This record gives sequence, structure tokens and C-alpha cells, in this order.
Amino acid sequence: MSEERASGGAGNRITVAKTYKLFIGGAFPRSESGRSYPVNDSRGRFVANAAQASRKDARDAVAAARTALRGWSGTTAYNRGQVLYRVAEMLEGRRAQFAFEVAAASGAQARRAEAEVDAAIDRWVWYAGWADKIATVLGAANPVAGPYFSFTVPEPTGVVAVLAPQASSLLGLVAVVAPVICSGNTAVVVASQDRPLPAVTLSEVLATSDLPGGVVNVLTGRTAELAPWLAAHAEVNALDLTGAPASIRTELERAAAGTVKRVLRAPASEPDWTRPPDLRRVRTFLESKTVWHPVGV
Amino acid sequence: MTTSPPAELADAARDDGSLRRFLHGLPGVDQVGVEQRAATLATRSIKKQSKLWAIDMAIRMVDLTTLEGADTPGRVRSLCAKARRPDPERPEVPSVAAVCVYPDLVATAVDALGTSGVGIASVATAFPSGRASRAVKLADAEYAVAAGATEVDMVIDRGAFLAGRYGEVHDEIVAVKAACGPAHLKVILETGELVTYDNVRRAAWLALLAGGDFIKTSTGKISPAATLPVTHVMLQAVRDWHGHTGEQRGVKAAGGIRNTKDAIRYLVAVREVAGPEWLTPDLFRIGASSLLNDLLMQRRTQLEGHYSGQNYVTVD
Amino acid sequence: MSQTTWDYAPAPESRDIARLRPSYQMFVDGQFVDGAGEPLKTINPATEEVLAEVATASPSDVDTAVRAARKAYERTWSKMPGAERAKYLYRIARMVQERARELAVLESLDNGKPIRESRDVDVPLVAAHFFHHAGWADKLPYAGYGPDPRPLGVAGQVIPWNFPLLMAAWKIAPALACGNTVVLKPAETTPLTALVLAEIVQQAGLPPGVVNILPGAGDVGAELVNHPLVNKVAFTGSTEVGKQIQRSLAGSGKKLTLELGGKAANVVFDDAPLDQAVEGIVNGIFFNQGHVCCAGSRLLVQESIADELLDKLRCRVSTLRVGDPLDKNTDVGAINSKAQLEKIVELTESGDAEGAHRWTSPCPLPDKGFFFAPTVFSDVSQAMRIAREEIFGPVLSVLTFRTPDEAIAKANNTPYGLSAGVWTDKGSRILWMAQRMRAGVVWANTFNRFDPAAPFGGYNESGFGREGGRTGLEAYLDV
Repeated sequence: MSEERASGGAGNRITVAKTYKLFIGGAFPRSESGRSYPVNDSRGRFVANAAQASRKDARDAVAAARTALRGWSGTTAYNRGQVLYRVAEMLEGRRAQFAFEVAAASGAQARRAEAEVDAAIDRWVWYAGWADKIATVLGAANPVAGPYFSFTVPEPTGVVAVLAPQASSLLGLVAVVAPVICSGNTAVVVASQDRPLPAVTLSEVLATSDLPGGVVNVLTGRTAELAPWLAAHAEVNALDLTGAPASIRTELERAAAGTVKRVLRAPASEPDWTRPPDLRRVRTFLESKTVWHPVGV
Repeated sequence: MTTSPPAELADAARDDGSLRRFLHGLPGVDQVGVEQRAATLATRSIKKQSKLWAIDMAIRMVDLTTLEGADTPGRVRSLCAKARRPDPERPEVPSVAAVCVYPDLVATAVDALGTSGVGIASVATAFPSGRASRAVKLADAEYAVAAGATEVDMVIDRGAFLAGRYGEVHDEIVAVKAACGPAHLKVILETGELVTYDNVRRAAWLALLAGGDFIKTSTGKISPAATLPVTHVMLQAVRDWHGHTGEQRGVKAAGGIRNTKDAIRYLVAVREVAGPEWLTPDLFRIGASSLLNDLLMQRRTQLEGHYSGQNYVTVD
Repeated sequence: MSQTTWDYAPAPESRDIARLRPSYQMFVDGQFVDGAGEPLKTINPATEEVLAEVATASPSDVDTAVRAARKAYERTWSKMPGAERAKYLYRIARMVQERARELAVLESLDNGKPIRESRDVDVPLVAAHFFHHAGWADKLPYAGYGPDPRPLGVAGQVIPWNFPLLMAAWKIAPALACGNTVVLKPAETTPLTALVLAEIVQQAGLPPGVVNILPGAGDVGAELVNHPLVNKVAFTGSTEVGKQIQRSLAGSGKKLTLELGGKAANVVFDDAPLDQAVEGIVNGIFFNQGHVCCAGSRLLVQESIADELLDKLRCRVSTLRVGDPLDKNTDVGAINSKAQLEKIVELTESGDAEGAHRWTSPCPLPDKGFFFAPTVFSDVSQAMRIAREEIFGPVLSVLTFRTPDEAIAKANNTPYGLSAGVWTDKGSRILWMAQRMRAGVVWANTFNRFDPAAPFGGYNESGFGREGGRTGLEAYLDV
């Protein structure tokens, strides 16, 4: 067990080690399979055991996400923005803890880890501010040729399964999760397989931020084991393949076709997450609804 | 209380077609607007003397209710004792308006209440579902009245209403009213099943046209039961009825009103939507069971100056 | 039962939380300072007591403030990335929420509006405006004005007394989000909440000079809008003063937006959801004592339902509680000033003189303070002063119409064009009316709804430019 823990005390004090569990429906259960797997730091030293989620955990997570969808997509965009901003407030409060976990996972120096955490918080704030602007920027009044008022509004697609990036354990994670939920979708996230701990700490932040249970669910474990179940699940509306192992990407796309899921393909290699984002991730998980109504006395 | 509608409205109930035209010709209810008005009225701050007044009035308006399959004569006797003397340590606390029980327990209630003046309301007409033949429903009501019920709470046939068979619903209420004899009739709309405020308004008018003395929100057996906006719509209906006919009919909100704060919000609605003249147990009732204890505790808090506790009021 | 009728006992909100001080200073370049102008005394219109003495700006103070804003713009604010500007605005939004009750009580004391409104409408909207615009600060390339829209520089802003804190938010939030710095003059009769907002701005760590607050009267406003280093002027207030400002800015090259008066038509058709229409009419003209530029001050009711509607309306208006703004049960508060009360009285007397039929609510009124009982004039015709001039008080003028075309003609028959209301159950008619009404805001089956995401502003003599939403950003960008 690593001696260097952010919460460690002075001198010979023995620290209280954290148990890293799954985050489903706002609660922190262990895997129903009872399995766990060792998580090592960048130098190969043991850090902690993480729960190894099973297909049943994935099933439960999808059910929780589906249940939470109605409420989350039904709140006002303003409210979602406020909740997301609150998450950022909580993230800021745990800056040191995250920096420690990111550094341990990636081997980055303290200053770079801190910069990554700052970027992650700022990214979250960026998306918080999008919630009540998406409809303005992506919606429209349609100038149709006829006595009709026609408008198009973007709506959340539903439950999105997200395979989080494998390397960037916090910034990359935030960069894929925030755009999904800011528009009203709910998410089932498979964390980075080898660097899952920041995702669990993020779950703790989400649990204390007024985010309703089930809006974000986080599974830790083997990506290749969990992904096919999510890709084929009929209650999952869309799939983000960013963290999918290259060898199974095509197979996952094929599985997704079975229910005509909206798929965000994996980039060839993990991008530089510090680059300014655009609206692509938000757009991918939106439906457009066009409404017509006659105009007349 | 009249048993037939005034001349100008009698035409509306002439037949199924006129009834449909009349009810569908009523102005619509905008959901957002009515809910907003209800929410704004719910911010009224009722304090001190006016709070005490409201608590006592709410107690006087309670129909203390037990409607469980497991009800026994013993249970009903305890209920009646509480109905007569809600707070044994404070004899100045008024009795409630009535008890509300199933028809086969009416006789027990009559016995237990004696000459206390507390009314005996019985549910009837295959409460709560209303799914039975006309004959069975009428027999149910007659039985309750014969056993001594002073009030009958009937349910409308929601299936018929939602299928648009307004005449059937109307005629059934008229028949039950006749079967009630001297007992006064409350007509339960079961607003949770009617769902839209437009339906609630139409059902309210239908019940008033058919001669119901009171219109009542719910059986309390499904959710949602009474809500403030639904009650607003019903209070508006009795107010409009009064405007057209000069008659005052009553409203009962039942189910889901669990604490004093809620009860006072209902009284505010009565006062500001129907009018202060409706603030009497003759025109407004609250169907409840656990509410009474909360009213008693809040009453003590107002008078004693500290928060009260569960053990200072009787469980039954 | 000791009472036979149920009167609500007084339920006053405590004043203490407003932390009233005997005197308030101006806020310039990040500090609270004395002003060289003659201090003003701001009063509580419900009681006529003096609340506090407030420093005002002299012309040299205006110059100092504008220069501070200019310096802050050039050296700090225009160079700061939008994402960082955003975080200041988010902080301000949060602190407004944290001090919400204090702000609401202070607003009611200074303005006269009921605490229920300042608590449930004004202050939450203030936080929402800062919140919403915080999110735009780093998203300007998406606003439809090109890939890198730039700010204008220093904004000189003059706001009215009817929604003091909310108007300050409507001005400051978008200006800052777009990268401008501001010098704002609150109204003479309602300076206090703007100055507490200045405290919040200071606590949020906003760089000095980005926001400056200069209390004072019309002369300070004139000095501000005419200052050569001000690049952009925003004014909300009377049409008369708006025209003066537009005239004085002619040839100056300064960008201008105006939000002026109105005489909105609230049109009720025979198939309207009647009870909600009554609520909407009441809200339209009695919310904020009628001191609303977009008030539904003309009721246009379809003749076939006019009597029925007016009966219901009078009944409903009689239940409005007029009195102590700090009482949580008060529906209609005090008129903001003696001058305004006199104006209302004068116009209503013209209504009598010109032959309209006056009905006034029998509600009791407090015996001191500036109060006016809700009043409804029926049998009003377009030619009467009460149908043409903005009364800015709790007075409704009722006219009738027969057909939709007639409703449109009467609704549009005014030099104003800020807002309008339509009440009908028929969707196509709502859209038809909305298309034809010459008004910047059309409310259908509702009234007085505001949201930072929904642009607000008028046609014709109700002003130009919009506040809120993507459209509202244009006022503060060089596009």
C-alpha cells in the first residue's frame, strides 16, 4: 500500500484506506459479482482494489439511468445548469485530492496534475453554462412556406452509455460525461480500466451536489467485458465509444446497430483533452423535434 | 337544498347531448395558470390569532375517516370517541364535523356518537371503484341511510365519465340523491383519475347539476388525491354555481392532507376563491385521519409556546 | 371562536436582515467613496420615513468613474479570457442567492413593492440573469455574431426605480459577459440595492473599475451618457427621457439601446380560459403596483363576454390586499413616490372627466405612505387619455372589440409597442395574433413572464434593442 496519501497524517499515523465501489442510482454498492481487481499507480505499485462490475451491475445501472431520465430531462435547463455548477463547486473543494489521484494514476508531476484538475473543473463549468443555451443555438424557428408556425427544438436522446477515455482519468472523463448530461440525458459510464479511481471520487462529488441519483452511474472494471452488454442493451439510446479498446470497436458498432443507437465513434488515438471543446459531443446526444401549428383565426 | 337544478340550467341536463354541449362549452382551465395561482396562494403567511382560528376551524371541518378492510367495531368506537373529544386534556377543542366509515359500520358509529352532534358520513355506491351495477350501488346507499348515516359520500362512475356517457353519470347521481332521503350527498369525483382540470371542472358542474350537496375530490385510495389546484377548480365551480343560482354548495378535499400547514392552505383557498362565506363546516370539509393529531399538536404549540410531541395526543 | 370572519394577522418580514445603515457611499474603482454631489435622502414610500442618506456623484465623480472603467477595460477586463470573466459572474450569482433575503427586504423597503414579489420574483431573477450571462462569457463565438465578437468598451447605464436590483442585473450581467466595463446610475428614489450589489461585486473579487455605481438624479445620468469616454449607453426609463438621450447622442457614434414605456393591450377572446384570464389580467396590471413598462394596462375584451369577465374581475380585484410591503400577505404595495402618486391621481381624474366608468376596490388603505387602490375603468375609448398615456400605476382601462381584426387594430393603435397579451384556447389564433401584434413581447395565456434566456424589448416608442438571450448580447458587442 502506498505511503503517500493525500489524507495521510503526520508522523506514524496509519491512514484509513478508502474502499472504491460502484456508483449506481445515487448509491455506492459493491459489484453484485463480489469481484474486485487491483489498481496500481504509474510505477506499478498497488494503490487500492476497485470493484469489478459485471453485466448485471451494468443492467442495474441502465435501469437507474432510465428511471432518472424523466426527472432530469424534465427539469428546467436553468436548474440543470445550477446543479452542474454546484458540481464544479464541489470539485474545486476537492482539488488537492483529485490532483493526488491523477498524479498517482498518470505519473504526472504535481503541477501538471493540478493543471489537469483545474482544466477539468473549468471544463465542467463550461458545460454548466451550456445547459440553458443549447436550445437557442441549436434550435430554430423554421421559415416554412405556408401559414404555419414551425419550430425545431433539441431534446435529450435518453440514456447514454459512455466508455470513458483510458488514459486521461479526470479531464478526459469530465470531457465525455458533462456534455452528455447538461442537455438532460442520463449516463452509464465505464471508467478507465487501469485508472478508475478519480472516477469514483468524481462519483462522490456527484452524490453531494444535488445531482439526482441515477443521472450519472459509474462502473469500474474491464471495459471489454462491460461494453458489449451496453452496446446491445435496448434501453440504451446512444453510445460513446471513446475509451473502447481498438480491437472491439467495430463489433460494438455492430451491436449498437441492433437498436439503431446513435454512436459517437472512438478517435484513432486519445485526443489532447486540453484543447478547447466544441459542441460536437452535445449535438451527438440530442434529437431534434420539429413542430408545426397553423396560424389563423 | 334543492333536488333539481334551477330552470336556466335544467335545459343543460335535458339529455346526453345537451349535457355534453353544456359541459364542453364551459371555459377551459389553463393548467399552468391554475397551478401558479394555487402556488401563490399557498405562500400566504397565517400567524398568531389567525392561525389559531384556522386550526380550530379546520378541526371543525374534519370528516374523521377510517376506510380500511380491517375496520372493526372497536376501531370505529375509538374513532368516534376521538371525533367527539379530539383532545381529552383540552375540552374546549371543538368536535369534528363527522366521522366517515363503510356502510356496515354505520350502526356502530350511530351508537357511539349518540347525541353528540357529530355527523355520520358513510361511503357508498361500491366505494372506492364505483364498479358495480346500478342496483347494487343504490342498495349500498339505501342501506347506509337506513342504518343512520346523516351523510353519504358516493363515487361517480369514472369509466362512464371518461367514455363521455355524461347522461349516465348524471342520472346515477340523481338516483343516489333520491335514495339518500334526508341524508346529504357528497359526490366524489376522484380527480386523480380524471387527470385534467378541464375534466374536473366538467365533472364538478355535472355533479352540481345532478343535485349533489357537496362535491368531493377523492376517495383517498389512489394518488394523487386532493391537491390545491384541483380544489381551486372545484371552489371556483361552486362559486360560479352560486352566481348562477343563488345556492351555496359545498366542497370536500380528501386524501393527502396530512398536516396543519396543508390544511391552512386549503382554508386560504376556500376564503379567496369561493369566498369567506364558505368558511363553515356546512360548506367545506376535509377528509382526513392523521391530520387531526397534527392540528391538535399545532394548537398546543400556539397556546403553549413550544413544539409539541406525538405522545401528547392520543393515537385514537 | 373569537372572530366571526377570518382576517389574516399581520405577518411582517423582519427589517433587521436588510442591515440598513444611516449612510451609503458610491462605488468607484473597487472602493466605496464619498461623492461630491449633494447627498440624497431615500425614503420608504410605505411610511414616508427616511431610510438613509446616499452620496451622489458630481460631474467630476462621473469623470473619475468613467476613467476607472476605461482603465479597467483596457488593462484587465478586455484581456481576460471569457472563461475567467464567467467565473466572476458565477460568483456574483451565487452571492446574490446567499444574500437573497437581505436583498429582497431592502428592495421592498426602498421601492415599496411587496416582499412576496421581491422575494419570489425580483431576487431569483437577478441571480438567474447573472447565472445565464456567466455562461455566455466564454461562448460568444456561438452567439451568431461571428467567430470572435469584441466588446464595445465602457458602458454607461441608467436604470429606473421600478425593479431596481433586477434592472441593475439586466444591465451589468450582459455587459460584463461580453467583456465591457460599466458605470451604472441607479434611480434617485431607489439606490440601495445597487449599492449592496456593489458590496457583492467587491466580495466576489471583481477587478476594481469593472463595475462602478454612481447614485444621483437625472443630471448625473445626463453627465454619464454624454461623457466622451463612454462607448455604449443603455437606458431604461420613460419614453420622454429616452428621446432626450437619443437626441443628445446624435452624432456621437455611441451605441445606444433604449427600453422605454408601454401601454400594452391584453386581449381576451370569448373562448379564453376565463378564470386564468382574470388572473392574467390582475397580474398584468397590479403586479408591482402597475409600475411595469410592460404592464397589461389596456384590457381589450371581446364584447360577448365583457360583462361576465368584468364581474369576475371586480370580484377578484376586491380580494387584493394593499398595504405594508413587508407583510408577507400583501399583494399590492406602495406607490414609489409622491410624484408618481400625483401623476396617477391626475390621469385617473382625466378618466372621470372624459366619461369612463370608474370602479375602485373597496380594500382598506394604510393611512400614511403613498398608496392607491386598484382601479378599473370600463367604457373606455381609444381617444381617452387613460387609453393612450402610460399611467404606471394600479389602474386598468377596459375597452371592447368584436373581431380579431378589430382587436389587432386597437392593440396596435399606439406609439408604444413593448408587450401584449392574448387569451384564447385556440392555438392557431394565438399564433395569428402574435404575428400581427406590433410588440416586442407577446404573452399568450400568461403574462409578465421573464427569463434571462428570453429576449425582452420593444417596438417603436417603447425603445430599441433587446435584453436577455442570444439577441440581448448584441447590445454589448461591436457587431
